[in-house]
Amino acid sequence: MLLDHPNPYPGARRPDHAWEVDSHGLSIAAYQWGEDSGRPLLLAHGGFDFAGTMDGFAPLLADEGWRVISWDHRGHGDSQHAALYNWEADQRDGMAVLDSVTKDAVPFVGHSKGGGLLLALADVRPDRVTAMANLDGLPSSRTIPDVPDRERRRLMAVELAERLDYRRTAHEGSRKPGTLEALAARRQRMNPRLSSEWLEYLVPIGAAETHDGWRWKLDPTMRFGGFGPHRPEWGLSRLVGVRVPLLGVLGLEEDEMSWGTKPEDVEPWLPAHARFETLEGVGHFVHIEQPRKVADLVLEFLS
Amino acid sequence: MSAKDLSTIEMLRHNKIDVALHHLGGSGQSQPLLMLHGLGECTVPVVPPWDAWPGPICGLDFVGHGASTVPAGGGYSAEVLMSDVDVALQHIGPATLAGRGLGAYVALLVAGARPDLVRGAVLADGPGLAGGGPGPGNASWFMPGPHDGSAPDPFALHELAHDIRPPDYATGFLHLLMAASSLASPLVVAAKNRPPWLAAVAAEPGIAIASEAEAVALLAQEL
Repeated sequence: MLLDHPNPYPGARRPDHAWEVDSHGLSIAAYQWGEDSGRPLLLAHGGFDFAGTMDGFAPLLADEGWRVISWDHRGHGDSQHAALYNWEADQRDGMAVLDSVTKDAVPFVGHSKGGGLLLALADVRPDRVTAMANLDGLPSSRTIPDVPDRERRRLMAVELAERLDYRRTAHEGSRKPGTLEALAARRQRMNPRLSSEWLEYLVPIGAAETHDGWRWKLDPTMRFGGFGPHRPEWGLSRLVGVRVPLLGVLGLEEDEMSWGTKPEDVEPWLPAHARFETLEGVGHFVHIEQPRKVADLVLEFLS
Repeated sequence: MSAKDLSTIEMLRHNKIDVALHHLGGSGQSQPLLMLHGLGECTVPVVPPWDAWPGPICGLDFVGHGASTVPAGGGYSAEVLMSDVDVALQHIGPATLAGRGLGAYVALLVAGARPDLVRGAVLADGPGLAGGGPGPGNASWFMPGPHDGSAPDPFALHELAHDIRPPDYATGFLHLLMAASSLASPLVVAAKNRPPWLAAVAAEPGIAIASEAEAVALLAQEL
């Protein structure tokens, strides 16, 4: 049964099925666009997004015979808020969702963090992937240039103190309430290239209406930015080892959510069989800005 | 160790979990010594034979360990454990840290992040000292079978044995500590094992090397 939406958006379609998956005691919301008889494909959204942000893109794959399986990452959308978050846990959740549909190997398609996540999952479970499409989720090893050591140390001290202060009271926090339009406008600050109509479409999916207004469902304890030793180049080292067919898509227009990756950062790390497409005038959300174009690239790649 | 019984446990709220702070005894008006256990361990409910310590002695069970919450679905990192300790420091005030194994690494992180609350730290041998090494190795896949929710959490045992600890990341925290601490030697390395992160720390200027008991006595003199 197609999930309902109060405010339709041209071309967008809610998933055909939704179900819950138990990932080691954590409830993960899973979704499917397309028929059960279709060929399964695993689709992962980006950080601070949710599967509903694929409502424009996923149906284009489903309409060509794919059974598109996705999920809300833990702490996102309708998945349970976890006590702890890390990359490995996200991988396990994604595999639990895939296991709930098939034990076979399938193509992986991921945007942004979802692309990196599936790249990591393919590294630990190469037996479960047949092809990989990465949508603006290829890492870069660029760092902030020429920051003197003393200033870098000061910035690190400030950031650490802020993070720890935040953690001390995070359990008391909640997402700021507002009207549907206000939440869309807030999201547009981080997604300035996306239309307000699209963002207003997302609010009833990614937010819940409470007595004092709408609130994004995203776990309020989550914050932007990494906190730990992770380095983007570690992702690049995985990229070069991918054995299955690989498609990389990179939007060349930088925006607030872009990773700042340039083609020249990625190209040396691409396996010889990889295909790499850059999109002029398109920002980080390649699949939302150009759903038809990106879906055609992916469909042609998977064919 | 002397056979002093555990006196009290306080549960402290840290985000969605509760961490167990053990008040192990000790006396005097000086600031506390906070002990941090190794990977898979928990706070031992006896006072260690550190007569030199002039104040109360506490121990903290990290998330997924001892009497602290075992959350669903894993997701551990040393940085979350750093926040566990920070919550404890918020409760007991400035303290000296004595960490073994995993607890030694976490003690270094906290000391760098909260130099105003950490009056020196001892880094000692124990389980989980090396972590996952200085850089990414082979990716590993871990799917434990059914678990009854008891500590230690199998996810903690796996994930905290594999968290990557680059030497320059560790020394970054050390530099924050050294820049802000008023102590002559705010960090004492008691560990004989020196994985790359700890070898880099021990090689920095101003780091004292001593046995665990000597290290505690050294930091007690700084009170």
